[in-house]
Amino acid sequence: MKRSENKRVLRAALLWLLPAAFLLVFFYQPLFAILRLAFSPAFDGGWQGASAAQVLKPLGFTLWQAALSTFLTLLVGLPAAYLFSHFDFKWREALRLLSLLPFILPTVVVAACFNTLLGPRGWLNLGLMAILNLSEPPIRMLQSLPAILLAHVFYNTAIIIRLVGSAWSRIDQKLVHAAQMLGASPWQAFREVTLPLLLPAITGASLLVFLFDFTSFGVVLMLGGPQFATLEVEIYTQALYMLNLRLAAVLSLVQLACTLLVAWLQSRASQPRYGKAAVSAERANLRPARSAGEKAFIAVMVILLVMLILTPLLSLITRSFVTLEAARGERGQIQTGFTLRYYQELFQNRTGSLFYVPPIIAVRNSLVYALLTVVIATILGLLGAYALNQPWKANRILEPFFMLPLGASAVTLGLGFLVAFRQTAWSSMPFPLLIPIAHALVALPMVVRTLLPALRGIPSSLRQVAGTLGADEPRVFREVDLPLLLRPLLVSMVFAFTISLGEFGASSFLSSAQTPTIPVAIYRYISQPGALNYGQALAMSTLLLVVCGMGIFLIEKIRLPGEELF
Amino acid sequence: MIKRSLIFGALVALLLGGCVGQTPAASPPAAQELQVLTVMTHDSFAVSAELVQQFEAENSVKVNFIKGGDAGTTLNRLILTSLSGTPEADVFYGLDNTFLSRALEQDLLEAYDAPALAQIPAEFQLDPSHRALPVDYGDVCINYDKAWFQEHQLPVPQSLEDLTKPEYAGLLVVENPATSSPGLSFLLATIATFGEEGWQSYWQALKANGVVVVSDWETAYYTNFSGSSGRGAQPMVVSYATSPAAELIYAETPLTEAPTASIVADGACWRQVEFAGILKGTQKRALAEKFIDFMLSQPFQEDVPLQMFVYPVLPAAKLPEAFVQASQVPQKPATLDPELIAQKREAWVQAWNELMLK
Repeated sequence: MKRSENKRVLRAALLWLLPAAFLLVFFYQPLFAILRLAFSPAFDGGWQGASAAQVLKPLGFTLWQAALSTFLTLLVGLPAAYLFSHFDFKWREALRLLSLLPFILPTVVVAACFNTLLGPRGWLNLGLMAILNLSEPPIRMLQSLPAILLAHVFYNTAIIIRLVGSAWSRIDQKLVHAAQMLGASPWQAFREVTLPLLLPAITGASLLVFLFDFTSFGVVLMLGGPQFATLEVEIYTQALYMLNLRLAAVLSLVQLACTLLVAWLQSRASQPRYGKAAVSAERANLRPARSAGEKAFIAVMVILLVMLILTPLLSLITRSFVTLEAARGERGQIQTGFTLRYYQELFQNRTGSLFYVPPIIAVRNSLVYALLTVVIATILGLLGAYALNQPWKANRILEPFFMLPLGASAVTLGLGFLVAFRQTAWSSMPFPLLIPIAHALVALPMVVRTLLPALRGIPSSLRQVAGTLGADEPRVFREVDLPLLLRPLLVSMVFAFTISLGEFGASSFLSSAQTPTIPVAIYRYISQPGALNYGQALAMSTLLLVVCGMGIFLIEKIRLPGEELF
Repeated sequence: MIKRSLIFGALVALLLGGCVGQTPAASPPAAQELQVLTVMTHDSFAVSAELVQQFEAENSVKVNFIKGGDAGTTLNRLILTSLSGTPEADVFYGLDNTFLSRALEQDLLEAYDAPALAQIPAEFQLDPSHRALPVDYGDVCINYDKAWFQEHQLPVPQSLEDLTKPEYAGLLVVENPATSSPGLSFLLATIATFGEEGWQSYWQALKANGVVVVSDWETAYYTNFSGSSGRGAQPMVVSYATSPAAELIYAETPLTEAPTASIVADGACWRQVEFAGILKGTQKRALAEKFIDFMLSQPFQEDVPLQMFVYPVLPAAKLPEAFVQASQVPQKPATLDPELIAQKREAWVQAWNELMLK
């Protein structure tokens, strides 16, 4: 008895080894380095301690907007997850893929998209002004709390769709049918059977959404405006503009503590209480709509998703092909017309600048970083999820620490990277390698969160049966676990890929100026005045959407031989 | 099915192979004999590839540029990393007069009496110890949408005071000085004009007149400003005196006239002078000096306007046509003592914050 207990602990510890080492070296070490610097005497000058208001005010707003955003995201995301996991309809795959694209767009571009849609001169306001004969734009929602909330829902609905949808589609419908056969109403069946099975995925996905909203930076700054400040915005301002590194460090610690608390609460809530339930194959639950009610549900949801996610994307893409040129000096009429000028211009280095980025190079840099991120995050995430799945008491304490990188302030961690990796052997390694590593830090919690519920859902009886039939462990993994984990694995690869493609902060912070990614190139254009620069930024963003869409498409096409058997 | 995954695998291998093949190409064995000079700049830095290649060839050196964020971010990053040991770079470019005193206080730079200083006007030489050497300057001014004012038959405001008049209510968008460098410049211009006692009541009047505050230049210019491609609601924005020239050069179709212009009345603009310096503790002092000389040389100075939309400090440098045509130079830009800025910047920003955002 004692021996097998030891063996189990050893096994968990071995599985932990690699992911823990990765986190220690690339997360906890730089974090510690920057905090130590912040609290060193060098930053003593004029430090009078943080006042309660300096901490509580941003903290209060951060929590409030994150909770509200998460609630709204669930409100849209859960029915959407149901839609995608249960119904087969026209354009299902396309819509599912499109719903992920907002994830990668730089905030500055999203702000531009929203402006062309909802801004004072956006088409919605122009349309309403024309119809209702108004002289003032009726909708004023940019630079407000609703703009922040809308952008958060726009960005994060995909997390709910993917994570909850993936779990929902694996629930064996026979259980639901059995419950109904025994006299349960559909609602009862949902509450008593489906919901408990779904809960780990829902709480896990909500946690991720909450943490993304909790550490929101660009959205709050650009769409919310200066009257709103989350902890992350305050940390940025204090660390980089005021050089009040100590206050920034205090705020970072508060942010980390909150993250830890939330992650801990979530891990308590998502312990599966109902044992393992049978799982079914990915598409087994899919069926066309039968009743009129179902058809109406599909129609409403599709329209909602198209409005929420597709219209901003479309307005961006359209704008990258359309000139709005007027003889603006005198401004007669605004002439609109189709143009490829912005795209052609991308390929020209007009001023012969050293920092001109040929689009192909930016795409290549981005793809290389993204693939490395996928490899690092998936391998470590898989090990981490298996480690957490071991029956080891310490796991309960360790699990929240896996989530911590999501709650770390990007500025703090970025400065930590600079301080920690310049003095040591790391400085001799090519600096850009730190970029996929930084991306993997953000992706790792997502991967673990995606795999863990699926892993916990695999009935141990399946493994035991395979074992009794003579399969060794690698073979059990290959033939039992892997086919069942494939879908969630692909979901997490897609997330790692998109996180890396869209990431801007670390990429601009850590790359030397000569290896820019697509988002970095977008910023270079949009930070300069001139219609052509604006157009090129939108053209580059469209390119980013296309690259990302193709990447997701390819990843989702991965199939295992014999997968259809399940 | 197997075929598909094979194709995917091949694609991955190809891309990864491309990346692996890339790494040695970036540092061929011969390159190890080349010295590397590291230059830290702000994000807006740009230069002709040709000029840098020439410098590299003449001095058998490879110049590696690191872009550290905007002006304030880059400086603070250098301060942080120099506190933890050796500097991150050999040369620093992009220090401006609002941050000058802080860099000098932190003792980041080594003095260098560049020969070219003799030709640079004294008004730009704000650091008598020659640790920070002026390279270029530009003015932060209010840009206005020419067509808008014409359409509405409203005269363009002629001073900062005019902006508080009721006819200009809600027409100006400015950036938060806590998160934007043009925003900070504009705040300093108002402090220089109205004095330490008067600037707060001026901003109060602006607030009462519906001034719009956003976080950053990108939002102000591309979302709020009606004269840009974003076609926003405000016809006036805090931007640069050279932005109209950029609108002309980067127009979609050739324009005869810039769609925007700047208000360059006395005291309405803030002059930013940008400096370069040799970072303390560099192992490559001689090369760093050469790079500073290069930045102050005529070819580089003439390259500056079209690359970064700022003016060269060297009077002999010729300006491009679009600059002469569309960019206005204020006669009397606002200025403040760098020492005073260093002492008060945080307090001013804090007070502004209390006043405008609460």
